Amino acid sequence: MIEVKNLKKSFGMNEILKDINVDIKSQEVVVVIGPSGSGKSTFLRCLNMLESITGGHILIEGLDLTDKKTDINKVRTEVGMVFQQFNLFPHKTVIENIMLAPMKVRNISAQEAKEKGLELLRKVGLEEKANVYPDSLSGGQKQRVAIARALAMQPKVMLFDEPTSALDPEMVGEVLEVMKQLAKEGMTMVVVTHEMGFAREVGDRVLFMDGGYIVEENLPKEIFENPQEERTKAFLSKVL
Amino acid sequence: MGFRFDLIAEYIPFFLKGTMLTIGLSIVATLLGTVLGLGIGLGKMARKKPISLLFHCYITFFRGTPLFVQLFLVHFGVVPLFIGHTNGILATIIALSLNAAAYIAEIFRAGIQSIDKGQMEAARSLGLNHVGAMKNVILPQAIKRMIPPLGNEFVVLIKDSSLAAIVATPELMYWGRAMAGNYFIVWEPYITVALIYLVLTTSMSLLLNRLERRLATE
Repeated sequence: MIEVKNLKKSFGMNEILKDINVDIKSQEVVVVIGPSGSGKSTFLRCLNMLESITGGHILIEGLDLTDKKTDINKVRTEVGMVFQQFNLFPHKTVIENIMLAPMKVRNISAQEAKEKGLELLRKVGLEEKANVYPDSLSGGQKQRVAIARALAMQPKVMLFDEPTSALDPEMVGEVLEVMKQLAKEGMTMVVVTHEMGFAREVGDRVLFMDGGYIVEENLPKEIFENPQEERTKAFLSKVL
Repeated sequence: MGFRFDLIAEYIPFFLKGTMLTIGLSIVATLLGTVLGLGIGLGKMARKKPISLLFHCYITFFRGTPLFVQLFLVHFGVVPLFIGHTNGILATIIALSLNAAAYIAEIFRAGIQSIDKGQMEAARSLGLNHVGAMKNVILPQAIKRMIPPLGNEFVVLIKDSSLAAIVATPELMYWGRAMAGNYFIVWEPYITVALIYLVLTTSMSLLLNRLERRLATE
């Protein structure tokens, strides 16, 4: 579903991603872990071209994102993204946040967008918040709305960029719960996170990144219980 | 000699006419200045250096030279060049709009750049193109933040429109000067004119305060 070949990304002289190669299958949940500055967020942001790519190729369902002919806006409708800082639109109510893209990009009617939006809000347990503004929500609620907003475009893949890192500890659970549910329904997911419990429980595969490379990848159980690389061991000994 | 209210009463029809023209000039120049200002502000943020530089020069010129000089250039130079003779109202509208646009451009730029970059990223990640994201996500938020500085600019514009009296545009200040010249008096015409300007600028401020409250999302 996603093929990443020799992906390189530099900011000026600073090479963040050095040579990333990975295939992600449909319905797979891939969890990316690693120390800060390892390039994991940059890697995720390359997958929907929020960062331009310096070298290599990313293919999503066979479409090469680096090809000039590829309509990046079209690709992005298939790739949902959830941000650490939620990035809800503060001037729109919760339901308007969810309805915006389906109406403007997919040209569906307000009526239909609203019905689907309410359905998604029900799914993340926030139907009663449909008509409030994001500022009145807790962090956990905001992130659940952000997930619903991304799902409204019916993406084939969901990218999560440290979705629980900006949350108070007691709110992490409610967001992870929604993500677990999504995984169970067969959504293809790439998750950058520091939640090792989630990685172990929900991940089908864990990528450990450091210094711009994928240092090690394996089943969660293997990575956590039997890491092969020294750097993986050192990292895990600090976070577990 | 007492304060001649009777002379003011005599001039009320002229002051009314002048006030209407001042309001008209201000509204047209505000609208034109805002539309131009948005374009120039976006132009200055363009990634292509030559384009950005062009708009930068525009802003530098119109902010760095007196409006009075600009008005003369437009009135005696630009307008006759295009229509063959001078026209005070046209010159006033053009000069005020071009001048205000330079300031409004900077207000737009500051407003747009003050919006967290995550907002643009979230909009683009949902598949909106750049224009769609600007229109639906960035500008509505930026405009809310721009209301106080825009209000300032509109108030300045109303006051600056009084310069038009010099090029014989029959707006409010023009009639103040006419009355002063007619009767050789100072206090009556200019205090009256000042009070009318004060009513206009205060109304503008109140209007924008109400708009700001209506756009609140809390």
